[in-house]
Amino acid sequence: MKNWPLWEVFIRSKNGLEHRHCGSLHASDATMALENARDVYTRRMEGVSIWVVPSSQITASNPEQSGELFDPAKDKAYRHPTFYELPDELKHM
Amino acid sequence: MQYIYGIADNSLILGQRLGELCGHGASLETDIALTNISLDLLGQTRSYYQYAATLLGGNATEDTVAFLRSEREYKNVLLVEQPNTDFGYTIARQFLFDIFHLSLLEALQNSQDETLAAIAQKSIKEVSYHTRFSSDWIKRLGDGTTESHDRIQNAINDLWGFTDELFHQTEADKAMLSENIGVDVMLLKAPYYKKVSAILEEATLITPQLEYFQKGGKQGIHSEHMGFLLAEMQYMQRAYPNMNW
Repeated sequence: MKNWPLWEVFIRSKNGLEHRHCGSLHASDATMALENARDVYTRRMEGVSIWVVPSSQITASNPEQSGELFDPAKDKAYRHPTFYELPDELKHM
Repeated sequence: MQYIYGIADNSLILGQRLGELCGHGASLETDIALTNISLDLLGQTRSYYQYAATLLGGNATEDTVAFLRSEREYKNVLLVEQPNTDFGYTIARQFLFDIFHLSLLEALQNSQDETLAAIAQKSIKEVSYHTRFSSDWIKRLGDGTTESHDRIQNAINDLWGFTDELFHQTEADKAMLSENIGVDVMLLKAPYYKKVSAILEEATLITPQLEYFQKGGKQGIHSEHMGFLLAEMQYMQRAYPNMNW
């Protein structure tokens, strides 16, 4: 069982919300990954829907490049839409 | 009362057996899956025993029913008390019980006894999942490697002798059947073997042919494993009577 591939698990906690990554597990195929995810990650009513994705299918950014990838955004506060005067009646922004 | 024991003790003892695997499962994922099943079964047991305790009256509680009976007073079938041995045996035992359990509950939900019908109805969802889990694993192991195939076939062969007892009618069964409370277990037998054989066939396994079957659990005559199981299960209540947490 140690040779089983790794799967990433995404759970949607409520209808209308998005699936969020919640962890990973080992399984021999997609069906078993779903069942394992049900047992490992939804025991406390965490979800209404599960996605599983082979971890090998995920392409990740290289942590060594995080400087050039993410740092340039740091001093560009004007990209945040925070410079508008909002009317008081507008509640959820 | 004996009728409730006949149903509930199966869930208690199998739940206890699966609980032994907590932290010892074949992998993290199957460990948690099997202990989830254990907790489902113990939850069902609680519902039955709470009902039994109200029928018994006096100082009876779900705990006295669960922990303070002697071996002969447990009416579970021999199948569920068999040891975990290895993953193959654990799955084979689960599979052979789940198929029966589901069909029993499906019939029990039509019981004239409202409480039993309600417990059955609530348990069906859980047991449907158990059945899917164990059937899937039977197929995976049977149709897996030579090693897994041989081991699961071996486990099925060994445990097969305990399946016939599931369909033995007890005195309590007869009494409850006449009041439309109980289930006619004999009617479940043919569909059971049909379903089990179909899944075994799909798993490339051979359905054993046996003439002689083990029996006795339903009368309280248990196998040598039962005493050890009860000793562990009842230890706390025996050592510290009335203890709580």
